[in-house]
Amino acid sequence: MPILQIRELSLSRGGQPVLHKINLSIEPGEVFLLIGPSGSGKSSLLRCLNRLEEPAPGTVFLDGTDITALPVPDLRRRVGMVFQQVAMFPGTVADNLAYGPGLCGDSLSRARALDLLGMVTLEPDIADKPAGELSGGQAQRVAIARALANQPDVLLLDEPTSALDPIATHAVETTLTGLRERLGLTLVWVSHAVEQARRVGDRVLLLDGGRVVRIGSVAEMLDPVNGDRRALAFALGDEAGMQAQPGA
Amino acid sequence: MDILDQIDTILRDLGSLERVGLSLVLVLLAALISRWQRADLEYDLVTATARGFVQLIAIGYVLELVFEQDHPLWTTLILLVMLTVAARTTGQRGKKTPGATRIAFLSIGLGSLFTLAVLVVAGIFDYTPQNIIPIGGMIIGNAMTTASQVINRMADDLHDHRGRIENMLALGATGRQASLIEFQRALRTAMIPHIDTTKTVGLIKLPGAMTGMILAGASPLAAVKIQLIVMYMLVGSVTFTGLIAALLTYRAFFTDAHQLRAIPASK
Repeated sequence: MPILQIRELSLSRGGQPVLHKINLSIEPGEVFLLIGPSGSGKSSLLRCLNRLEEPAPGTVFLDGTDITALPVPDLRRRVGMVFQQVAMFPGTVADNLAYGPGLCGDSLSRARALDLLGMVTLEPDIADKPAGELSGGQAQRVAIARALANQPDVLLLDEPTSALDPIATHAVETTLTGLRERLGLTLVWVSHAVEQARRVGDRVLLLDGGRVVRIGSVAEMLDPVNGDRRALAFALGDEAGMQAQPGA
Repeated sequence: MDILDQIDTILRDLGSLERVGLSLVLVLLAALISRWQRADLEYDLVTATARGFVQLIAIGYVLELVFEQDHPLWTTLILLVMLTVAARTTGQRGKKTPGATRIAFLSIGLGSLFTLAVLVVAGIFDYTPQNIIPIGGMIIGNAMTTASQVINRMADDLHDHRGRIENMLALGATGRQASLIEFQRALRTAMIPHIDTTKTVGLIKLPGAMTGMILAGASPLAAVKIQLIVMYMLVGSVTFTGLIAALLTYRAFFTDAHQLRAIPASK
């Protein structure tokens, strides 16, 4: 059974349509990439999956359950999220890691905190550092560890590397793909970088104007020779090529 | 008393206002300075002076009437008018917050009602117009400033910290948990000026109630006693009002599904 299923999901904001009848299934343990131009609805689609945006009832299912029927805090613990702009909370790195469990009255043991830091390839001595003093790449990995402290089944990633330099980007990508191997985590990853999709993705969805253009494996979509014509046009920044119909 | 007699009384009262008239010399001076320095405020100054004069004279007569009637219903009606004006003023300042006037009405109203109830039930003041109208005015006026500060501060802070708040929501926090820092900050903003005033009272300036009583011929010690009651009651009432305003404001910005609504940026 797919871990996430989206059926006929439409969304509008202030009377403007943002997403139009999206249908999609994501399998457990998959790294699923959402690509498309700015304003195509990638982030909005992602935010519907943990109800930061409100999907209509009966359009998004987690493990077969309509997510609008789940208590919102429970849903968000099972479907974690990492944002483009990392915001560290006041206190130390360890305080940040303990935030999620603390919301339901649980504490986070020192051993578990160090274990979480290990998963995101950070040194244990960072635990007692004030979170506000971290570099961008470190902060992003702490944000990932902070989400992992809730033991989610799915991690939503909203352009998690777009504010980072290439070295930090590499570290975060390695961390995330390692987590899939180690924890069987499902990743739904918004990216505007086609190269990144080629490096980390299993399947890719190309979104344009709030509509699905095509869903396919990385090879089907992004192979430089045999990939999808519109996906490759997007990769090259060729807007007209993205919109032209096949055979036109 | 027929209407001519009434007009005669009014004119005689106005005649005894010559001291007020003399104090207008200072306004005239201000207008001259404004003109000389091209501050371009003469018109505002004249209309403000005239408006203030008419408003205060009118309220003076209304109060005379209400004091004469000495009926709790009239007293309560005056308090309700004050509350409505305060809530509307606050609501207009807090346009970014959905339902700001309603929030202001409830927080100022409940905060003031609670404070007045404590004062009356404890027997500190009787429910007479002479006591309740000036005391109620002070409470509602201060509560208005507090509600306005809380509503606007919270809207700005929630807007500025959207990133951190959504990070917290995404970890399973409720709207209340995710906005705890903004909530506490707004409450502190409301309370700190009153705590500071209470700390320095008498050292920097003599407070309003005390000044008024001394001018009216009361002994300074009698005036101090009333002023202490006023001060303590204001610390209490702004805290209640601030708390209610903060609770209602955060709720206005979150949906039932713990989503942070869009907030326009401040100018």
